[in-house]
Amino acid sequence: MSAQRSARRRAKDALLGYALVLPSLVVFGVFVFYPFVKNFSLALHRTPPFPGLPKKYVGLDQVKDVLSSSEFHKSLRITIEFVMLTVPVGIVLGLLLAVLAHKQLRGMGIYRTIFSSTVATSVAAASVIFWTLFNPQIGLVTYWMGRSGDLGVLEDPKTALIAVAVTTVWQNIGLSFILMSAGLQGVPDDLYEAAAVDGADGARRFWHVTLPMLSPTLFFSAVVGSIMAFQAFGQIDILTRGGPDDATNVLVYSIYEDVFRAGNDGVAAVKAIALFVIVLILTIVQLRVAERRVSYAR
Amino acid sequence: MSGITLSGVTKRFGDTIAVDDVSLTVDDHELLVLLGPSGCGKSTLLRMIAGLEEMTAGEIRIGDRVVNDVEPKDRDLAMVFQSYALYPHMTVRANIEFPLRSRKVPKDQRALQVAEAAEMLDLTDYLDRKPSQLSGGQRQRVALARAVVRRPAAFLMDEPLSNLDAKLRAATRIELVELQRRLEATIVYVTHDQVEAMTMGHRVAILDRGVLQQLGSPQEVYDRPANLFVARFIGTPPMNTVRGRLETAGGTPVVRIGADGVELPGAAAAAAAADGLLEIVLGVRPEHVEIVTDGTPGALTATVEVVEHLGHEQHVVGRLGDGQLVTVRQGSHLPAPPAKSSVRLAVRVEHAHCFDPETGARLG
Amino acid sequence: MRLAGRYLLLSVLALIVLFPIYITVVNSLLRPDQIASRPPGLFPTDPQWGAYKEAWEGGHIGRYMLNSAIVTTGIMVGQVLLAILAAYAFAFLEFPGRGFLFVVFLTTMMIPFEVVFFTNYQTIADLGLLNTYGGLILPFLATGFGAFLLRQAFLTVPGELRDAAALDGYGHWRFLWRVAVPLARPTVAALSVFAFLSAWGQYLWPLIVTDDDRARTVQVGLAQLRREALNDINVTFAGVVLASIPLVILLLAFQRQLVRGLTAGAVKG
Repeated sequence: MSAQRSARRRAKDALLGYALVLPSLVVFGVFVFYPFVKNFSLALHRTPPFPGLPKKYVGLDQVKDVLSSSEFHKSLRITIEFVMLTVPVGIVLGLLLAVLAHKQLRGMGIYRTIFSSTVATSVAAASVIFWTLFNPQIGLVTYWMGRSGDLGVLEDPKTALIAVAVTTVWQNIGLSFILMSAGLQGVPDDLYEAAAVDGADGARRFWHVTLPMLSPTLFFSAVVGSIMAFQAFGQIDILTRGGPDDATNVLVYSIYEDVFRAGNDGVAAVKAIALFVIVLILTIVQLRVAERRVSYAR
Repeated sequence: MSGITLSGVTKRFGDTIAVDDVSLTVDDHELLVLLGPSGCGKSTLLRMIAGLEEMTAGEIRIGDRVVNDVEPKDRDLAMVFQSYALYPHMTVRANIEFPLRSRKVPKDQRALQVAEAAEMLDLTDYLDRKPSQLSGGQRQRVALARAVVRRPAAFLMDEPLSNLDAKLRAATRIELVELQRRLEATIVYVTHDQVEAMTMGHRVAILDRGVLQQLGSPQEVYDRPANLFVARFIGTPPMNTVRGRLETAGGTPVVRIGADGVELPGAAAAAAAADGLLEIVLGVRPEHVEIVTDGTPGALTATVEVVEHLGHEQHVVGRLGDGQLVTVRQGSHLPAPPAKSSVRLAVRVEHAHCFDPETGARLG
Repeated sequence: MRLAGRYLLLSVLALIVLFPIYITVVNSLLRPDQIASRPPGLFPTDPQWGAYKEAWEGGHIGRYMLNSAIVTTGIMVGQVLLAILAAYAFAFLEFPGRGFLFVVFLTTMMIPFEVVFFTNYQTIADLGLLNTYGGLILPFLATGFGAFLLRQAFLTVPGELRDAAALDGYGHWRFLWRVAVPLARPTVAALSVFAFLSAWGQYLWPLIVTDDDRARTVQVGLAQLRREALNDINVTFAGVVLASIPLVILLLAFQRQLVRGLTAGAVKG
């Protein structure tokens, strides 16, 4: 092929390349990068108290105001509490179920299907189910706790976040179980055999073989689970609408309220940027650790 | 009609020259082997003929047509790859049919041609299997069938046998030769295996570092290697190449190696003299060296290093006085000299080759 | 003995995990007064199927499920298609800026939807797409994660296959659909199942871009049913059961692909 000809072909290939990437790029441009950049502009402008007035450029004033507001601090604290309530429990439960169902025994297929089953629910379905279970009049949870007719767990600021967390953990059990099972399958059998030959009993094998071999999965699940928990919205909206008394007003829910209740997208943008930074840090931590693990493996 | 002509074909990757100004003609109905060590540029050359790789300079003709600007699919060539490049998700039938589909061959015609190709390569029973359900040899035949089915002007084969085990390779060699004869196909065949080259090629083109070293029939390149590279590359065990000083003893030209002297073939001596060389490299194939009794004139003295017994023959490796090694190939009925013993080696001068030690070029 | 213990523990845990699902099905078959009765009935001795009809028609769950099916299919097909195209470009074509554009695709994975949803709401409103399928589908058509996953799959396609196809007369477009995509089928399947699952379960976005029945999805419909049907709580339970059916089918039919999709999908977070 002559140079001229191949130059034409290369140009044709390049053109095709751009054409294939373009549809995705347009969508990303409009629905990811534009709104992302817009957040920074929104953060620098204060929304007027009455609709119709022009937005006012205030520099970093609004950012400082929001970041130092007690409302934001409370929301952030609640979000972190929510993460701490859901992620570790979810991982431990998933791991427990996965270890119990890992052995090749008769009937394990049924247990595995049951433990995976909650992935077939949605956040909304799980929330509606648990809302009825927590309901002071008809809820079985309240009935069994002997709290029928009392202040419902969702109306009590002391228990509302826990109730939301229980709902979330249950909905995520399936995913957690699937991830942990996949991790367990990655542990080579000969390691167990070696441990068995060395005379390690079940508990020792778990602590000295399974857990260390599973640590990448555990770490990974912790980070990903945290990212997901930071983005929680549906269960809050259905179960508590951020209440009672803002006790479950997590970051994303407060952003939603800022925009769709208070019409203040300036404040929302500052919080959104904060959320982005948190997720970014978690992602970087994960990439760093993954990188280090790769170099260990060599 | 369907010959392939390369003129000044060159390929550069940055500063390195992969193929350097190669010109050669593949005749119609010829099986031409491109032979060379890995990295010699033979595969790159083949890919340029196919149009998969762009040329830096030169011209390629297929038949009467210059194909420099022709897309691979329009060159009327079929290629067989080292990995066979079968489409794993398709049945054998679909694989063989694949090149016909893109060419809009009518359905009946396709079925006919597929059946014919499958029959020819003994694949009729396997048409509905997937490649993963076939043995290595069967996959290789599917790759051939996929090439044959199109009835192309020429076939390009890139180490098609190198993924087969030794026994199957030997059998497939014979089948390929038979197939070539039956189809009267024009084939350019790339390999690093000199046995394939010698047994299959009508002519062999030997490449080293992108440069065409020699083009000739297998017998020609064996009997008259054009240079030291070819001399050492073709033949097992390789040709002995021994360096020595040019002298004249009693009017006849002699190569002085250590204390011994070997008489030179006249033509070589004349060529060496014309070039004003003081030293030359003498090349002798191991079968052209004999162990002789003491006192034979014009023999070399060597110490036996090792004797390799191969059953039907033996290789005696001896070290000359100046440290150079010489291998003798002899029948296993002859007595093997003990190791460390001293022997006299006679060179059959009429079969000796002489090379310029600097350029490596053949003399005479 | 230890084996029996394991089975006992497994069974107790299975009961706990299953209980919310079980009680949902049971309550959907009870009358509201039976649901509220104490001690509660844990078994439908006299199943009533009326709640399903009521949820489907009165609660509009039928309409919402149709909307969800359309939107979910749109997102799934769009995501897989766009990801295939982009992944092919990244894996098989050379063009200036390819590396940079790939990084751009990866970057989108670090920007959660929750960070940009309110501006996207404004965009969709400006486009006049509130309460339309388009408004629900458009923002999710592209996926950096899917493009990444498929590129990895395409990179395992041997180069000699591309060469062979070029000689066999297949250009990039036909090679993509006849060879590359069929070879990447497990990844395409996993990605499809994952996209379906995520799209079906969406809540925040449909909540804000729909305020009537035209395009409202079943997840938002469930929340609405729960608010409106307190006196007929069995209808809410029936709605939950109905809304979960597609995912149950997905789980049973494509368990392997789902597991693959989720384990890979977790990478995205």
